[in-house]
Amino acid sequence: MVEQAHNQSSTKRPALYLAEYDTPNAIAKAAMKVRDAGYKKWDCHTPYPMHGMDEAMGLKPTKIGFISFFFGMAGVATAVLMMKYMNAWDFNFLDIGWGYPIVVGGKPPGAFPSMVPIMFELGILFCGFATLFGLLGIIKLPRHNHPIFESERFEAATDDKFFISIEAGDPSFNLDRTRALLESTGPTYLELIEEGA
Amino acid sequence: MSYDAPIKELGETYLLPEGTTPHEVTETISRVTEDKTPRGWWLLFLMSLTALGAMGGALTYLFVQGVGVWGNNAPVYWAWDITNFVWWIGIGHAGTLISAILFLFRQKWRTSINRFAEAMTVFAVLCAALFPAIHTGRPWFDYYLFPLPNQMDMWPNFKSPLMWDVFAVNTYLLISVIFWYMGLIPDFATLRDRSKNLFRKRAYGFFALGWRGAHRHWQHYERAYLIFAGISTPLVLSVHSVVSFDFATSVVPGWHTTIFPPYFVAGAVFSGFALVTTLMLICRSVFKMQKIVTVKHLDYMNKFMLGTALLVGYAYAMEFFIAWYSSNPYEQWVFFHNRLGWGMLDSEGNWGPLWWAYYTMVFCNVVVPQIFWFKRARTSVPIMFIASILINIGMWFERFVIIVTSTYRDFLPSAWGMFHPTLIDILTYLGTFGLFFTLFLLFIRWLPMIAIAEVKINLPGAHPDLHAIEALEEPGAATAPVPAE
Repeated sequence: MVEQAHNQSSTKRPALYLAEYDTPNAIAKAAMKVRDAGYKKWDCHTPYPMHGMDEAMGLKPTKIGFISFFFGMAGVATAVLMMKYMNAWDFNFLDIGWGYPIVVGGKPPGAFPSMVPIMFELGILFCGFATLFGLLGIIKLPRHNHPIFESERFEAATDDKFFISIEAGDPSFNLDRTRALLESTGPTYLELIEEGA
Repeated sequence: MSYDAPIKELGETYLLPEGTTPHEVTETISRVTEDKTPRGWWLLFLMSLTALGAMGGALTYLFVQGVGVWGNNAPVYWAWDITNFVWWIGIGHAGTLISAILFLFRQKWRTSINRFAEAMTVFAVLCAALFPAIHTGRPWFDYYLFPLPNQMDMWPNFKSPLMWDVFAVNTYLLISVIFWYMGLIPDFATLRDRSKNLFRKRAYGFFALGWRGAHRHWQHYERAYLIFAGISTPLVLSVHSVVSFDFATSVVPGWHTTIFPPYFVAGAVFSGFALVTTLMLICRSVFKMQKIVTVKHLDYMNKFMLGTALLVGYAYAMEFFIAWYSSNPYEQWVFFHNRLGWGMLDSEGNWGPLWWAYYTMVFCNVVVPQIFWFKRARTSVPIMFIASILINIGMWFERFVIIVTSTYRDFLPSAWGMFHPTLIDILTYLGTFGLFFTLFLLFIRWLPMIAIAEVKINLPGAHPDLHAIEALEEPGAATAPVPAE
């Protein structure tokens, strides 16, 4: 079944093509075709992370680990500086209050071994928040709306159907050729989604 | 089908019954949040609210009168408050173990229970964090625990294990919450897309952050999930180790032990698994999820309980060995008199009066779980239900034994005392159940209690077989006409 939403209102312009597939193999095969056709701004929408799609879509490995690592180390450094300032050094930084060197249990102020647990915990804390916000930053969420939600069928994308979307912003996007490409991949449903101007 | 299919030659089968469709999974799990509220839910919810109210009363009385309303007194300065703290935080550890450590070990069966266990973690840690906060005597000064600039130039002492605890528990709570929330994002999107009315759509849509299941998102999301699992694994081990440092760094006989960190971590995982089992069995039968949480899952969980029970039993035995081997009379006194109740009589010829706490602990934590050597017990719902409740009782007694029997009769007979809980102690402890179950019931009513997206990963044929697709295309490519020169 292939059909197209006919909304010829002049204020609307095409936003993306949405093709629906029933099986993981069908969408993987289609993704390879779209990848080989050289599209850049396109995506697969699946209800769960599907293994092998990185390869089928030709995606580069994610770099989120660098963000996590950097902020994790920043957390460790913060912990060291904080504990040194408060329990070992003796000056007033930005008028937040004097550090106070204290000797407990006969250990010198700022003894390293007792700092390890808090260095570790703050490292984890910073890393965790950096990973969450880094993830949201990379995938550009939260996002208030997206033209893809115009489609009623797309509600199944979080249930049991698989979709490929090719956005009109892609340099290779062409109403007829893109449509022909998607049709050749054998979708169960194909729709042109338009957004209001 | 694909590379992650079960190996038939080894007798492996799919986790979920073959023929389970993704839609069925969505339907079974989402339905709980969409159907009319069952009457039993309201009943339990009101009971929990009542217990929570009792805690409110007990805490108000505590704040007005001071910690003297508890049974804590010389020489037992830590009693139910810290027992409950350690018990609750231990319960939380199973959630992180299931969501993080089992993820790293690629234990796919975790997907049916991880959401549930993570929620338990968050609520249990909240209950746990309450006790250190209220046992300070003047809880309105609790902000002293945090390194906040103040007019007195007064900073925390970072050489104290109690400060490490503040950082460990708060980090654990925050990381558990954001890990839990990150896992929920795709499921919020599922609930949003199934919503029939605008309010639900808006509410779930708000938390779904506009998730559209894009693979370019999943790719980063999966790596972020892996990183969370990677940092949560050492975190969970560190949290209970730091909790054990509160005891182990002191010189009290029975506390001053190097085995404490691993012993506490094993005990925490043990009790957490027991509570997950108890609650999962109830929810599974009430909400008819037998197809998603199968007997196989329960079997795995019981094996875990057996394994951790053996670890805990080893720690108990090793503590005794060291007490004997060290030839330290105070250490031996604590273990043989205060705990076992025999071997050494006090000056009046009495046995240690708290012996029953120790035997309860050993019975519940070491003897009871041995039943899980038998497959019939591991797959029988009534047996595992009773065993899991006994294990939780036993684990509470373990903390009670460690805290109270080490301190009530230690070095000087003239300083001996006894601990008796008061009504306020009991109401506060029951009240934390109110807090836990109030939050938990709200969770199972409004949020997907099983990770919808993650369960689908394990369905038969969930992943494309790229090699088969390429192999199908290759013959065509080989016979393609070679372009003329």
